Amino acid sequence: MRRLVIGRTRDLLNRSHQNYRHSQHSLFLSSSRFLSSAPVIDSPSSSSSPPMSPPVTLNSINPKVVKCEYAVRGEIVTLAQKLQEEIQAKPGSQPFEEILYCNIGNPQSLGQQPITFFREVLALCDHPAILDKSETQGLFSADAIERAWQILDQIPGRATGAYSHSQGIKGLRDTIAAGIEARDGFPSNPDDIFLTDGASPAVHMMMQLLIRSEKDGILCPIPQYPLYSASIALHGGTLVPYYLDEATGWGLEISELKKQLGTARSKGIAVRALVVINPGNPTGQVLAEENQREIVEFCKDEGLVLLADEVYQENVYVPEKKFHSFKKVSRSMGYGEKDIHLVSFQSVSKGYYGECGKRGGYMEVTGFGADVREQMYKVASVNLCSNISGQILASLVMSPPKVGDESYESYCAERDGILLSLSRRAKMLEDAFNNLEGVTCNKAEGAMYLFPRIHLPEKAIRAAEEVKTAPDAFYCRRLLNATGIVVVPGSGFGQVPGTWHFRCTILPQEDKIPAVIDRLTDFHKSFMDEYRD
Amino acid sequence: MGPKALDYESLNENVKKVQYAVRGELYLRASELQKEGKKIIFTNVGNPHALGQKPLSFPRQVVALCQAPFLLDDPNVGMLFPVDAIARAKHYLTLTTGGLGAYSDSRGIPGIRKEVAEFIGRRDGYPSDPELIFLTDGASKGVMQILNCIIRGEGDGVLVPVPQYPLYSATISLFGGSLVPYYLEESANWGLDVNDLRQAVVQARSNGITVRAMVIINPGNPTGQCLSEANLREILRFCFHENLVLLGDEVYQQNIYQDERPFISARKVLMEMGPPLSNEVQLVSFHTVSKGYWGECGQRGGYFEMTNIPPKTVDEIYKIASISLSPNVPAQIFMGLMVNPPKPGDISYDQFVRESKGILESLRKRARIMTDGFNSCRNVVCNFTEGAMYSFPQIRLPPKAIEVAKKAGKVPDVFYCLKLLEATGISTVPGSGFGQKEGVFHLRTTILPAEEDMPAIMDSFKKFNDEFMEQYEDYRSYSRM
Repeated sequence: MRRLVIGRTRDLLNRSHQNYRHSQHSLFLSSSRFLSSAPVIDSPSSSSSPPMSPPVTLNSINPKVVKCEYAVRGEIVTLAQKLQEEIQAKPGSQPFEEILYCNIGNPQSLGQQPITFFREVLALCDHPAILDKSETQGLFSADAIERAWQILDQIPGRATGAYSHSQGIKGLRDTIAAGIEARDGFPSNPDDIFLTDGASPAVHMMMQLLIRSEKDGILCPIPQYPLYSASIALHGGTLVPYYLDEATGWGLEISELKKQLGTARSKGIAVRALVVINPGNPTGQVLAEENQREIVEFCKDEGLVLLADEVYQENVYVPEKKFHSFKKVSRSMGYGEKDIHLVSFQSVSKGYYGECGKRGGYMEVTGFGADVREQMYKVASVNLCSNISGQILASLVMSPPKVGDESYESYCAERDGILLSLSRRAKMLEDAFNNLEGVTCNKAEGAMYLFPRIHLPEKAIRAAEEVKTAPDAFYCRRLLNATGIVVVPGSGFGQVPGTWHFRCTILPQEDKIPAVIDRLTDFHKSFMDEYRD
Repeated sequence: MGPKALDYESLNENVKKVQYAVRGELYLRASELQKEGKKIIFTNVGNPHALGQKPLSFPRQVVALCQAPFLLDDPNVGMLFPVDAIARAKHYLTLTTGGLGAYSDSRGIPGIRKEVAEFIGRRDGYPSDPELIFLTDGASKGVMQILNCIIRGEGDGVLVPVPQYPLYSATISLFGGSLVPYYLEESANWGLDVNDLRQAVVQARSNGITVRAMVIINPGNPTGQCLSEANLREILRFCFHENLVLLGDEVYQQNIYQDERPFISARKVLMEMGPPLSNEVQLVSFHTVSKGYWGECGQRGGYFEMTNIPPKTVDEIYKIASISLSPNVPAQIFMGLMVNPPKPGDISYDQFVRESKGILESLRKRARIMTDGFNSCRNVVCNFTEGAMYSFPQIRLPPKAIEVAKKAGKVPDVFYCLKLLEATGISTVPGSGFGQKEGVFHLRTTILPAEEDMPAIMDSFKKFNDEFMEQYEDYRSYSRM
């Protein structure tokens, strides 16, 4: 850790300064240089006319920025926001009363309540001055007060407003490591944990480390959560797709992985990593343990980093499936640090806590040498640290109230209430989609989404082409205009060419679901009436 | 089998090029020593609360209430929280869609961006558009987003002051661009000369670099100088003629310790210069809740404001912001409170003013104590800290020390700072981490240790320095050369 070389930047600066001094020696000595004395010379520099640097326009910004896309907050959402403004300005101007945002996994924006215990602890950590007051006992549960004290004692000076260690506060990482160990039955090292502002920045960091040029490829599931495609584009790499099989509940076949890997390599792409989202987004499938073992074996054999997006680990709705972390699976196969590079991502945004706005999360990195870990630390340190409140929340999520704690029962009631409701909503919407003409929808075994497939009539596809829109986007726009429901076209996630889907969250409050289903059903019927072949 | 994907050799080269000394070698050594039980005074980073500065009460009250809205329903809440904090918490909750736990608009909560725009309008006397203000997880993230848009490849150069806050050099390395340095003149109070800027650009262009942007840090970091209005006019004219986007890092705008040059924003000067400059010069201005008298580093709250950036570019910047979904909501509320603090007549006003003034007055005193303390050492010259949070003394090192350092494989100022750390527990950042002229050495320390600890810290430094000089200022070594 101590070998960080300061030289390069200094050398760069020194070299350029040397050049400057040598070429400008006379000017250096003769001109009166300082602003207080020198008159302002109001003319452009240089005698010969250099090419004028273009100002920052669309044509001259980083093309990787222009290339990347992120449909979750893309065009359809912009349209929805405009419609929302119109409703506010002119109530009754649309055939619906409100916009229902089913485009994004943002539970609390649709009425889900936060877990009380977590918020109590966070509030106390935000304002520790009240911990000493007797009135606080009346307003907060005793175990929340105790946990706040415990956490504050792990923070130097109890200063929640100070930058922390760039990987996150040590005591909180200890708690998270213990939580991982309790979950998996295998030890976790707090120094392997990097707390980040949500899981997304951690994904970006890994892409930055892995991608050297467009010759570097990352295997991604199709359909995928478009953070991956966007991040790969932004970092100038190549996305190597592997198709999940819709016919078998979005199954992940090793033969498909091998095939895509082979194809990419034959094109001269160095495939560096495999992204697996489990439970899946947008597809919702929970991998079977056997499947996971095959994936681990594949990564080990091919020397790929396994990037395990496990942010939906608490969202499993079917009794026949269970979440197993890739770390647990690897370790139970007897594979340790020397055998496999593994990065596991977790977030406070999903699960039953749904704390998206807090931007809390972490990655656990195992199987990397000290020199690489130094680089990761260095990149993390440029941003100093992630937000402290989010760090605290990540530790709470990984070590919630236990049996015997004062808040345990109310915590369980809140948690189970949310998860059972999500499970019911997943089923209700799945059934509703399957009842629509020409629509098939796989079960959401986990996560927060449904990804129905719509078999669009030829007439509709032609109508879409006429307005230069992808058929699924055409359908989604019409749906929005008719019902106010916002979903994301499947093309934003990737799909087998010629098939059309959209992603809809299961997050509207349960009492709104029947109305959502009615509106959807009515719209779909009239759409099919209009375009049926 | 060949090297694995994440073996050191096969990492992205740009990552390897990144240097960020603020949390580099000195800090890591200091952390090691701390673990061994040594008392360390961390003055390596502008992190006020870590050195005992208390958070302002009002914002913490408001955010705590927003975190736990069920408190607002409790009849006893008034016993712990003042009425205006309660009202403000309710106000901010209504601005969100779902409270603190929901992703906001990717640009930040519209109502808070409006508060920021109003603040800018009051500060500068020119209206600001909330649509062109993006809240970010700290100003650093905003800087990275903007530089990511500007830098297409190593052919793109960004003018950066030397010395600079190494976020800029690190980010330029990370994105594969070229850093084009312009030197600040230490003997002229870290002044900036437009002729130097011009030469830097000419030089860069002759090396095939397209210079695209210019960074100014005002007040400066690590140098602390406050730019005058005349300075800013020159810089803006320069950017206009050279077609550069100006990146105005103004995160220390509340930290001003002299009265000759109060803070004036780049935007205000630009607007005052009128057309064509005011319509054409592209400007991005950055601010934060981490500095000033707030010092809320751990919240990660910041914003950037765009001036004269074309709508299509703004769309692209929005798109990049949307991939990270939204900046953290609690910090957005801190930002709202910072730009819209308690007003006269509010219950919390007096306490707020007392707390704020206390911090600023003390910082002003500490800036003076530290500058004077450094200048009292014969081999140290230190410009006064006009603003920001740092002292950047120049340490004249004797040739023998430099020799010994090189033999130990260390840059001379790193060598000095390590010795200082080991002897006194004072953890600084060597000047090489910020850039300096060849053969000139500095260290950066903050002015943040508690006022009552300052005299002892400066004594401790002086004692170490004098002993160091005695040890290495050995005239016999000259005759051997």
